[in-house]
Amino acid sequence: MRITVNGESRSVADGATVADVLAALGMPSTGVAVAVDGEVVRRADWSVSELGDGAAVEVLTAVQGG
Amino acid sequence: MDDALVIGGRKFGSRLIMGTGGAANLAVLERALLASETELTTVAMRRVDAATGTGVLDLLRRLGIEVLPNTAGCRTAAEAVLTARLAREALETDLVKLEVIADERTLLPDPIELLDAAEQLVADGFTVLPYTNDDPVVARKLEQAGCAAVMPLGSPIGTGLGIRNPHNIAMIVEAAGVPVVLDAGIGTASEAAQAMELGCDAVLLATAVTRAADPERMAHAMRLGVQAGRAAWGAGRIPRRRWALASSPALED
Repeated sequence: MRITVNGESRSVADGATVADVLAALGMPSTGVAVAVDGEVVRRADWSVSELGDGAAVEVLTAVQGG
Repeated sequence: MDDALVIGGRKFGSRLIMGTGGAANLAVLERALLASETELTTVAMRRVDAATGTGVLDLLRRLGIEVLPNTAGCRTAAEAVLTARLAREALETDLVKLEVIADERTLLPDPIELLDAAEQLVADGFTVLPYTNDDPVVARKLEQAGCAAVMPLGSPIGTGLGIRNPHNIAMIVEAAGVPVVLDAGIGTASEAAQAMELGCDAVLLATAVTRAADPERMAHAMRLGVQAGRAAWGAGRIPRRRWALASSPALED
């Protein structure tokens, strides 16, 4: 199935979880937060939160600002 | 900790809150943060770039500086609320500098969206520090909504125009029951001192330091400016008067 991660289209296995996607992309596991379709997914739920086809995943972290 | 700044139950020994935006690199930022002696510093939330990682966060943690995530760039209450929730998840803090700006040209706060977002975030358990206009009425409403501080601007973000309406800042200070943080517009140390002389509890600035010719020296100057202004506020300035008052005894006839 296809999903988008931070605006880029990606192909992932059916039933992939948030944790699977972060690991596949080499994202840091601390200091980041994830939203799927505009809703925060808590860290504790990353490994059980299965993504649906077309899911929009945003992975954010702190950057210089303000 | 004498004369500590207390926001949302947290105590800070420094009344200078720093931003991290605009620094040329993390090494320059580190020297500036150390010279400022700040204990609370803002970061923005953006998409992870696997190349850059989480460098600024690592820096703040190493320096023992509490992180204050902002919602910079958000234009609606819904965007700001989502960004705050992501920041809480990523950074494990309930502190948020709430920014909801109206447009890119002025970067002025949108008070309608700001108040809406503040109410939602307070209800969700956040310690909300809203960046607001220098409007005493909006400041009062933000306090009534449960914000832990109010942070009026001196002038628009990044302008270095100083405090354009000191009278409004003084009115906000006089009415506020929560800390008042002068946020945005500071250009140099005398303006940071002025904010404190007006009775503000703290100053938040970034550009004035990070884009100064020598950020480390300007951070030092800002620290002294905030301290001098705070001391002067506590000391009680003399009243302004129309005519001269001799400071030496009159000559004897």
